[in-house]
Amino acid sequence: MIAYVTRRVLYALPILLGVNVITFVLFFVINSPDDMARLHLGSKHITHAAVENWKAERGYDKPLLWNTTQRGAAQLTDTIFYQNTVKLFLFQFGQSDSGRDIGFDISQRMGPSLAVTLPVFLLSLLLTITLALGFAVLRGTYFDTWAVVLCVAMMSVSSLFYIIGGQFLFGKVLRLVPISGFDGGMAAFKFIVLPVVVSVIAQLGYGIRWYRTLFLEEINRDYVRTARAKGLAESTVLLAHVLRNALVPILTGVVVILPTLFIGNLIVESFFSIPGLGSYTIEAIQSQDFAIVRAMVFLGSLLYILGLILTDISYTLVDPRVRLQ
Amino acid sequence: MRFPLSTASAIVYLGLLVTSMAGCNKQPWNAPYVADEAARTVFYGSFAERPKHLDPASSYSESEAQFTGQIYEPVLQYHFLKRPYQLVPLTATTLPQPRYYDKNGELLSSDAPAEAVAEAVYRITLKSGIRYQPHPAFARRVDGSYWYHELKRAELAKIATLSEFTQTGTRELTADDYVYEIKRLVHPRLHSPVAGLMGKYIKGLTALGERLRKDEAENRGFVDLRKYEFEGARVIDPYTFEIRITEKYPQFRYWLAMPFFAPVPWEADRFYGQPGMKERNFSLDWFPVGTGPYMLTENNPNRRMVLERNPNFRGEPYPARGAPGDTVAGLLRMAGKTMPFIDVAYYSLEKEQIPHWSKFLQGYFDVAEVLTDSFDQAIQFGVKGEVELTPGMRDKGIKLVTAVEQSTAYMGFNMSDPVVGGDSQRARLLRRAIAIAVDFEELISIFRNGRGLPANGPIPPEIFGYRAGQEGINPFVYEWRAGHAVRRSVDEARALLREAGYPDGRDAVTGQPLTLYYEAISGLPSGKAQLNWYRKQFEKLGIQLVIRVTDYNRFQEKIRAGTAQIFSYGWNADYPDPENFLFLLYGANGKTKFGGENAANYHNEEFDRLYVQMRALPNGTERQQIIDHMVDIVRRDGPWLWGFHPMAYALNHAWYGNSKPNLMARNALKYKTIDASLRSRLQREWNAPLLWPVLTIAALVLLSAIPAWRGYKARQRAQAL
Repeated sequence: MIAYVTRRVLYALPILLGVNVITFVLFFVINSPDDMARLHLGSKHITHAAVENWKAERGYDKPLLWNTTQRGAAQLTDTIFYQNTVKLFLFQFGQSDSGRDIGFDISQRMGPSLAVTLPVFLLSLLLTITLALGFAVLRGTYFDTWAVVLCVAMMSVSSLFYIIGGQFLFGKVLRLVPISGFDGGMAAFKFIVLPVVVSVIAQLGYGIRWYRTLFLEEINRDYVRTARAKGLAESTVLLAHVLRNALVPILTGVVVILPTLFIGNLIVESFFSIPGLGSYTIEAIQSQDFAIVRAMVFLGSLLYILGLILTDISYTLVDPRVRLQ
Repeated sequence: MRFPLSTASAIVYLGLLVTSMAGCNKQPWNAPYVADEAARTVFYGSFAERPKHLDPASSYSESEAQFTGQIYEPVLQYHFLKRPYQLVPLTATTLPQPRYYDKNGELLSSDAPAEAVAEAVYRITLKSGIRYQPHPAFARRVDGSYWYHELKRAELAKIATLSEFTQTGTRELTADDYVYEIKRLVHPRLHSPVAGLMGKYIKGLTALGERLRKDEAENRGFVDLRKYEFEGARVIDPYTFEIRITEKYPQFRYWLAMPFFAPVPWEADRFYGQPGMKERNFSLDWFPVGTGPYMLTENNPNRRMVLERNPNFRGEPYPARGAPGDTVAGLLRMAGKTMPFIDVAYYSLEKEQIPHWSKFLQGYFDVAEVLTDSFDQAIQFGVKGEVELTPGMRDKGIKLVTAVEQSTAYMGFNMSDPVVGGDSQRARLLRRAIAIAVDFEELISIFRNGRGLPANGPIPPEIFGYRAGQEGINPFVYEWRAGHAVRRSVDEARALLREAGYPDGRDAVTGQPLTLYYEAISGLPSGKAQLNWYRKQFEKLGIQLVIRVTDYNRFQEKIRAGTAQIFSYGWNADYPDPENFLFLLYGANGKTKFGGENAANYHNEEFDRLYVQMRALPNGTERQQIIDHMVDIVRRDGPWLWGFHPMAYALNHAWYGNSKPNLMARNALKYKTIDASLRSRLQREWNAPLLWPVLTIAALVLLSAIPAWRGYKARQRAQAL
């Protein structure tokens, strides 16, 4: 397994480099360093010298990918791309275009993101699996039929509707929780209740339908019939046999997103004013702060690759037939 | 009975919620603030976009000014109540009067013509006893050495917030601090947006910038600007300094009321310039040091920013006199009392309009701007078309405050364009016809809910030079009928178009339809509907308007390159002087040739000559006459469709006092009052939690679980085969 993981880690390097190249090209096709400077410096009284000075200060006065004025390796290294990308692989994110330390900001914002994404992840997993198992047991009944109808209806609604509707209902009409906001420590609790509830509800329809299908596939298998024929309790059949055998497809969808919980949820954080990494990314895109966008895309890619490796490893834990070679 | 795990966790969750909320204080459950601030007078505000800069040399935007304005003190400020806007001393003892010298160094009279003036000197004397806020940069040991000026990285690594520096100090404000800040304007690392502009006026400032650039290339750390002498600013004594500018530029005094000319102590630069500070995000850009009534005690631009009363603030009396009507409006009740009245101001990050509006209605924000989304809920029009609050707002005691902004939103023609530009009669008539056809009254009504004043020229109301009523109308677009300005008919516009050689919107020679191009920025709120509306306005004349939607960067690029034909643009005043609007049409400020703010690239020699003359004159009859003449010229030439002056509609809760809008003063927080007990009472009244619907839903869920449980049991009893 160690050899496999090492190989996967080595595969990750060209993938990350490729992601960086794509991000870089896409970003600079839309925003030239001049555009970035002018957006940052404002639109009033800005001189050409001020724009050039801003670019020089941040190294944006160099060529993008290839420096024809240099010789040898410097043609590659004395470019905006090289100067900015190499440091990422050393986890040196540098400073944002507005002068803040990106690494420090990421460390500060990771907590609020996790405060929401972690409970959402755990609660939605727990609820969807529990309910999906229940509906699988009650398959063919009116209860199951209406549950499926409800799930389809819930899947059809935009997540934005859940957010605005949740704020309206729980914050404005029932006045149970703050509409938005955040605070540190235990005080965060009252602020994360609503985003957590809304996010969990928004995921229920899709989650239940998906897991119910997985469980139904298993529940009709011979080994389940055998287990019942042996006289096992229904709960034992469900938890010890059906759930366990359905774990591989569940893990495929679940473990991969585990590391990406750190980078938060873009829309939820924006609407609930949660100072996490999701809103950090949105703000960076809006303010054309390439340094932050680049860092967040790199981090997101890295965490996703990590998630894929963890998924592969998790297969070996739940299914003894799987070998990583 | 055993609860399923999910139900149990839900109950635990609800229990925690109730406990945490009940345990906090007497606040309503949905209060977005944790601390109970009953003992202090608190202002609750918000910000939608985190400020980029709080360093006075770099900060320029409105969103930043709501913080910098309360912390830094330039030498002058605007009178809070009087209109038109007036400058009054803030840290200066009196308003500085410039002394003018000719090229031989001879003193000239104050009314000397601009061309005779080779140097203007502003001598500013400061009040004594003004002290900085407590700050670690000033902290000194008994032997006089500074506690925190020689920090090592390892020492800094243990510190996460500025409040963890246990020692703080202060000192008196001196003239050196103002001169130091003027030098900072050209520091190459600070990127001051006015470095170029001020370099044109302040003697030797550009040269100083070049010296700093060279020295900075060798030393990336703290650069002690005290060592750099330059002729543009010098200290006379601890309370007096002089600024020397290269010409007669009376508007310079307005710059002295802006944060660019606020004092910065060298100790702050020394403190923040240490290695390791930037990695902790400790900089003057994020933790300002000032002498103003407030200091920034919490700067988490990702969540909340907190201004607290500066304990070293000297106190300042509330104005004893105001504009007519201020006494009746209750704006002089606090006359003579020592400001500030508010102890602490919380500004929470609120990016989206909907939650912001809801929280305002719940009483958790003290003020709110009326935006398009909330307009119908807040505003209605009376029988005579007057603007008033809806009954729902009135029941809550909310007050509406309106003001015409010191800004203008116009549609510009690129004057270097061969079709719509130039000073030929044909092009002029074409522009005039379009000016009549594009009905800005309708635009204001449809897209701005009436929040705007149709413009007749570049100067907005409350700025010297603006004329209201019949004498203020643009005769090429309006006529005066029964005491009102009435837009000329489309038939007149068609006649003008015919005269221009485009009968029914077709070129009389070629017979080809006249096609014009409008550059638009994508993603604007009114978006497609407004662009379609523009198209229809041009269609009234048979002109085909092609709309080219592009992103902001490309749009700006086209304006700079002069490839846009027709475009919309705007300008917010830096200061309340007509020069700050008329310079937008001054030839030497042409965007394409000179990179200036004249986006239409308009050039008229007579206008330019009058502009130079007007700029140097004091407000008075002579200046008014020149402005009238200038406005006549641009109305005749029509490089802009004058568009409108936006109006700001603000809502204030009943507990928020002294809410007279002052669109020039950025330091208005110190004048405001809060009735905290009224707010607390109304917040509780408006936010009592409703529990019964939740309990009902919970009961229904539990009831629905019964048949499910029965079904499960039945399934368990069923045979496997």
